[in-house]
Amino acid sequence: MGVRRIPSRFFGDGVQMAKQAIRSETGIKPYDVQRIRQDFPALNQTVYGLPLIYLDNAATTQKPQAVIDAIMSFYLEDCSNVHRGVHLLSDRATKKYEAARIKVCRFINASSEKEIIFLRGATEAINLVAQTYGRQNVGRGDEIIISAMEHHSNIVPWQLLCEAKNAVLRVVPINMHGEFQFDKYEELLSARTKLVAITHVSNALGSVNPVQDIIALAHLKGVPVLVDGAQAAQHIPVDVQQLDCDFYALSGHKVYGPTGIGILYGKADLLESMPPWQGGGDMISSVTFEKTLYNKIPYKFEAGTPNIAGAIGLGAAVSYLQGLGLNKIELHERDLLAYATEALSNLPGVTIIGTARHKAAVLSFTVDGIHPHDIGTILDQEGIAIRTGHHCAQPVMDFFGVPATARASLGLYNTRGDIDALVAGISKVREVFN
Amino acid sequence: MPDLRELYQQVILDHHKKPRNFRKLEKANKQADGYNPLCGDKVSVYLEVEDGIIRDVSFIGTGCAISTASASMMTESLKGKSLSEAELLFDRFHKLVTGDNSADSDVSALGKLAVFSGVREYPVRVKCASLAWHTMHAALEGSKDTVATE
Repeated sequence: MGVRRIPSRFFGDGVQMAKQAIRSETGIKPYDVQRIRQDFPALNQTVYGLPLIYLDNAATTQKPQAVIDAIMSFYLEDCSNVHRGVHLLSDRATKKYEAARIKVCRFINASSEKEIIFLRGATEAINLVAQTYGRQNVGRGDEIIISAMEHHSNIVPWQLLCEAKNAVLRVVPINMHGEFQFDKYEELLSARTKLVAITHVSNALGSVNPVQDIIALAHLKGVPVLVDGAQAAQHIPVDVQQLDCDFYALSGHKVYGPTGIGILYGKADLLESMPPWQGGGDMISSVTFEKTLYNKIPYKFEAGTPNIAGAIGLGAAVSYLQGLGLNKIELHERDLLAYATEALSNLPGVTIIGTARHKAAVLSFTVDGIHPHDIGTILDQEGIAIRTGHHCAQPVMDFFGVPATARASLGLYNTRGDIDALVAGISKVREVFN
Repeated sequence: MPDLRELYQQVILDHHKKPRNFRKLEKANKQADGYNPLCGDKVSVYLEVEDGIIRDVSFIGTGCAISTASASMMTESLKGKSLSEAELLFDRFHKLVTGDNSADSDVSALGKLAVFSGVREYPVRVKCASLAWHTMHAALEGSKDTVATE
């Protein structure tokens, strides 16, 4: 089968089209970014006497007041343990914790909240699948397919599994734009393939992968697919039923929620067939020294007291995002990305790394003769927070032949003014080095 | 607000653009590799030591302006020094960039290396400035492991 046609709206369409689309989709006023910024108290500060320009959203996002309030309210009023208590506070905590699961379920359109497992983050979600589904189903000589643009967290868990099972890790290459090479993927997929693990959006390049086609092709061969969504759900609407993915990993702090919380989505029948991962309280239905019976999903995979406040905060975050509308966020960010791409491309000596046609609002770049770390320090002095380094994607850096890049990653609250500040900041960098 | 010019002094920018002793040293009898995972900086330091004296020293690698200039200026300042003088210089340099003003830190003894005093205002850059020095220290100690600053 061929690659699914990507709707033309994903191609470098202009600002006007995006604005029109916003108007036509909502039928009301366009996305009011200045009002939205007021929801984020951390944005309202100065660094070194200058207004903060926060462009490190792929590392973590700032939190809206609604998230901070939800966490605070739990600790102020409802703090107690979940699922086992007979008292009122435990009942309230349990209800809020389970309500958060339902909110996340709706956010990614899972068919049931029992398919949502609360974990520490996307990294832990991937490790869980590797250590349960992987250990159960991958054997000697079997193969796992990933891509060349994976974050280390979607490489190393599979390497650990392959090492333990004498299995083989296969890597789908990327092209010079940082795009997944679908034809190479078709060649690699074989009867030996036991799992495909692919990032939805590349953290270092911004490339959005054709995951729906990747999944459809894998399913033709009976191979399940894990999607690493750590960099996706904050930028684009995610519908796990439409994607038909078998597993989806999501990180709370990258979707404007708290740190230390994330989820694994898994299809119920798969989760039920998998052995537990960690043992402890809450993941059992009965324990004797002779035989322990495990709890039903999702609790089978939630050993010990979970991050209750974190889950509640994550629930508040996804409700906040749904209130704004992921479609509107996507359009706003696409406008910013187009604006920023043009502005940076016009700067002499600046090279954008990662020029996929279908991209999320992540801009990795280099400046001739100036190391990204120096760029980062000088921009910081201008109040501009970006990331520099290999972005936990060393194979990507090796592919492009750079030791590191500077990365500006945009979020729902960034403005064209932020991009103008970045452009001025890069000019300042060149000035210092001149 | 720290002044960027204090960090990126002309001497530093000059050594960044034209690093001195930037080569492999064929006659080296001490060598070590250093790596800064934070920014991907890599440096290899080569030393030719004879009778306890550093006869020659060089480096290769990739890195930011601060780490390249630091490595370059380190090689210039170490040539002809005894091993104990080299270690003392490392100690003083380290105190300079970390802002440690204890009694035995003597900035005047650092000579040109004093241009790195601006680094103390940028805590995350201390590793850049000290990577080559840690690597030199590992080479003198005969360490086989790559020096990592994290």
